Amino acid sequence: MSVLEIENLKVNIDDKEILNGLSLTLPKGEVHAIMGPNGTGKSTLAKALAGHENYEITGGSATMNGEDILALEIDEIARAGLFLAFQYPVEIPGVSIANFIRAALNSRQEEDIDAVAYYKSLYAEMENLGIDRKFTSRSVNEGFSGGEKKRCEILQMAMLKPEFCILDETDSGLDVDALKVVAEGVNQMRGEERGILVITHYQRLLNYIVPDKVHIMMDGRIVKSGDKSLALEVEERGYDWIKEEIAAGV
Amino acid sequence: MSTEAAIDIDREKGNFSYDTEYEYNAGIGLTEETVNYITDVKGEDDWVRAFRLKALESFRSKPLPTHWATKDLENIDFDKFRYYLSKGQQPSRTWDDVPDDVKETFERLGIPEQERAFLAGVEAQFDSEAAYSRMKDDLAKEGVIFVGSTEGLKDHPEIFRKFFGKVIPTGDNKFSALNSAVFSGGSFIYVPPGVKVKQPLQAYFRINAENFGQFERTLIIADEGAEVTYMEGCTAPKFETTTLHSAVVELVALKGAKIQYITVQNWSANVFNLVTKRGLAEEDAEIKWIDCNIGSRLTMKYPGVILKGRGARGEVLSIALAGDGQHQDTGAKMIHMADNTTSNIIAKSISIGEGQSTYRGQVHIPKHLKGCRNNTECDALLINTNSRTDTYPAITVRGDDNSVQHEASVSKVNAEQIFYLMQRGLNEGEAMSLAVNGFVNDLVKQFPMEYSVELKRLIDMEMEGSVG
Ligand SMILES: Nc1ncnc2c1ncn2[C@@H]1O[C@H](COP(=O)(O)OP(=O)(O)O)[C@@H](O)[C@H]1O
Ligand SMILES: [Mg+2]
Repeated sequence: MSVLEIENLKVNIDDKEILNGLSLTLPKGEVHAIMGPNGTGKSTLAKALAGHENYEITGGSATMNGEDILALEIDEIARAGLFLAFQYPVEIPGVSIANFIRAALNSRQEEDIDAVAYYKSLYAEMENLGIDRKFTSRSVNEGFSGGEKKRCEILQMAMLKPEFCILDETDSGLDVDALKVVAEGVNQMRGEERGILVITHYQRLLNYIVPDKVHIMMDGRIVKSGDKSLALEVEERGYDWIKEEIAAGV
Repeated sequence: MSTEAAIDIDREKGNFSYDTEYEYNAGIGLTEETVNYITDVKGEDDWVRAFRLKALESFRSKPLPTHWATKDLENIDFDKFRYYLSKGQQPSRTWDDVPDDVKETFERLGIPEQERAFLAGVEAQFDSEAAYSRMKDDLAKEGVIFVGSTEGLKDHPEIFRKFFGKVIPTGDNKFSALNSAVFSGGSFIYVPPGVKVKQPLQAYFRINAENFGQFERTLIIADEGAEVTYMEGCTAPKFETTTLHSAVVELVALKGAKIQYITVQNWSANVFNLVTKRGLAEEDAEIKWIDCNIGSRLTMKYPGVILKGRGARGEVLSIALAGDGQHQDTGAKMIHMADNTTSNIIAKSISIGEGQSTYRGQVHIPKHLKGCRNNTECDALLINTNSRTDTYPAITVRGDDNSVQHEASVSKVNAEQIFYLMQRGLNEGEAMSLAVNGFVNDLVKQFPMEYSVELKRLIDMEMEGSVG
């Protein structure tokens, strides 16, 4: 039951079918990667699971620990334990990182979090991710570099400790040093109590976050799954051979 | 700091009223008789009676400003209001002496508690008159006067009369004329030269009666080098009928004095809030209006500063929140009359649903002046596409040696922001509220702590109520 289970999921945007029967099982304790060319529907999968209203579910199911998440509101899905690290994190002018994360934590518990304990854990996680303390008072994502935005997403994930995480192209915009720090942050969160889905179209990230399984996504569905060596093969040979395999009915 | 003690003007909490026996009641409608009744009850001097009667004429002769504000003003039926209601003229100096129903009202609103926590003095007005008024003894020893305007007029006519009606002439507009005819209550403050009042003086204006008009008149004088912060909070119960609140507030800051005037009001949706507020700043003096308008059916209010002496500074920081069906027509006036005067206006408005916000500004720097500066920023935040916002900055600056800076922005809380915030676990109301608080944050940071806490709480309630 400790699993994110997606079965035959179909999703439309503006009446256009983007996901056409996607299935994926992510058990807790594992890290899976989804790779696929641009425009294939990877972000669509992430946002549809998170409950974004522009994404119309036309078929299939998605459950988290047995609970139907497609019936829930965005915030209910989040509080049920699904976290999405955005490909394009959104700016919230005037709202500081510290207040934002605190509000997110408070939304999950009856009693408001103790301020001293909160700052202690926030500073610890920031140090871990190499984020300067003065970021706490900066507005969420406003004027951040690409890399700062991504680190900040991982900071939120580390503070909220969700059961299932989807990281949408968290590697894009990062140089190698930043990539290592972020990967280290993610690796520290690996464990029995959590399932992580890493979306990327570069194999590079997977050298640092080594996945238990790799899924190749094309034209709105998973077309091939394998272990980490599949990622290397894609890196070397591109996606065309997979297309050909499908065409040949292998 | 205890948030319990913060100024509390929760609209829901304020939504109650007591059946009250009034000793004095001017009846319904507005005639010479009404004005004479008020002046008789108060035992005023002849010059005040004459002043009032002249104001009544002025009120009658002036048109409603519906050509630039809103036709909704035409729905005010001046014959249906009660213009004076009180239980007596003498405010008590201890809460024990305040009549039970009135005392209970202010206790429910948390006033005595705030007084103990952080205030230097409190005046609590119930309908037309102050029911309670008290200031810390050490301030009285320094010569500070803080009483209701009725008392001020009676006991300190030599100071009162000198400044009364000088900053805002009776005929300034229709509502200042109305106030001048029937004014009652409000505060009178005098701070002697060099005295700096450290904690705020606070007034709380409470409307209890239905079909009632509250017309408080406040006059604050900071003598040379004096400093004072004054804070007003207001509430009224939610009645089916309309309520009218039409105050006149005059501030006088003599050479080198500083006055900070803070308003946090949260009127229920039946209140017409039509207020005239202006300050006069002499040489090197500073007047700062912090004006937060939440609620009401229609608010028209443009706090201003006349920068009369060299080096005078004027500032208006305002936040207006127009919920569904409400109209906030607010702004600022800065009249530069001397060299090296500076003014700063930062106005932020939030419009929700059918709510409408208008910024109306006037900055005037004549040609012969040198070294004057104005900065005006108006930012509007729209929450859902039905909301409206208009900006009329009206800046007239002449002369090469003067500078103005004007920026205006309109932004929306967009669906992607709400999605992002909700993805972190906040419900829709909390997400909206966080975005709105973010929008006003840089302004609110400049407010004293107690008021920024209260404002945040009011915004939270307003936003959570605005999503179904
Ligand atoms: N908001 C949108 N409106 C219309 N089409 C969209 C929208 N978002 C994505 N799409 C389309 O859906 C397809 C999948 O996009 P996306 O999920 O972002 O792909 P990926 O993340 O794999 O690059 C693309 O063809 C894209 O153009
Ligand atoms: Mg994408």
